[in-house]
Amino acid sequence: MAKFAKKPKALPAISTASLPDIVFMLLFFFMVTTVLRETDLLIMNRLPAATQLQKLEKKSLVSYIYVGKPRDTGKYGTEPRIQLNDVLALPRDIVNFVFNEKADRAEGERDMLTMSLKVDREAKMGIVSDVKQQLREANALKVNYSTTGR
Amino acid sequence: MAKKSRTAPEINASSMADIAFLLLIFFLVTTTIASDKGLSIRLPPKQDQQQDIKLKERNIFKVLVNSNNQLLVEGEYMGIDNLKDEAKKFIMNNGQDPESSESPEKAVISLKTDRGTRYDVYVKVMDELKKAYNELRAERMGITVVQLLAIENDPKQNDKNERLKQVRIEIPYQLSEAEPSDTGGN
Repeated sequence: MAKFAKKPKALPAISTASLPDIVFMLLFFFMVTTVLRETDLLIMNRLPAATQLQKLEKKSLVSYIYVGKPRDTGKYGTEPRIQLNDVLALPRDIVNFVFNEKADRAEGERDMLTMSLKVDREAKMGIVSDVKQQLREANALKVNYSTTGR
Repeated sequence: MAKKSRTAPEINASSMADIAFLLLIFFLVTTTIASDKGLSIRLPPKQDQQQDIKLKERNIFKVLVNSNNQLLVEGEYMGIDNLKDEAKKFIMNNGQDPESSESPEKAVISLKTDRGTRYDVYVKVMDELKKAYNELRAERMGITVVQLLAIENDPKQNDKNERLKQVRIEIPYQLSEAEPSDTGGN
């Protein structure tokens, strides 16, 4: 009679030696594709959807203006407000804000500054056109309405 | 005396995965994926710097949006779904209809919103008008709109594509936003 090797009863343990490599790979992916949140949003910010989108190219030449209903309605009311950096502001503060943002950039690049308007979809055009008028006043004419894809 | 062992003791690497997981979770929680896309426009300079340009009435495509988010296009009430086709017809009229534009180079779209118009309606209107232009340009270039947008969003190709440059001259994107008036609801 031929000899048959007996099957081992216990399955061999799966090697986990490559697990750290896999996890590191994921880690690096997330580190590369994400950016740290810069400002704490004091307002609701659900962007509208659009299809004909253009990408903003140089991130260092973009400043953000947020508009939307305050999160803390007890403190700030329910009407949409403007947020610049970390504070809620009035339209007339925008000229100063743009001036400061331009001062932070290199001299040759100041005219290339793009203002990205992150406006909540439920805001009204009144506050948006106030912002636009102030941007014209401050001579920051490149504007991008931030939207999500559809 | 005990002899030193020649081979260095192996470092236990089993906790490496835990450390890496911890870092991974930290980055997952603290970061957001940037979504820097949108509709780009260029604002006109301040009011006192610009002079009035006389345009023929027939070359202006008037779009009004009121505070109830209703559209009035060329004096007629219109749903937002028809806006794109109507705009394309206007731009590509080439002088056929005496009430409509003379040529794509002369066609100007004028958009006026109310203070009470919702922002997402405004964005939708801008998007539809942009889509009208993009579809006409893509058609002229013989490609799809998706391909056109891919070329525009690729910094390597955007400035070098001769056909795109040409089509931008042939069908210029001319959208004029009216000076805001302070009438209407909030």
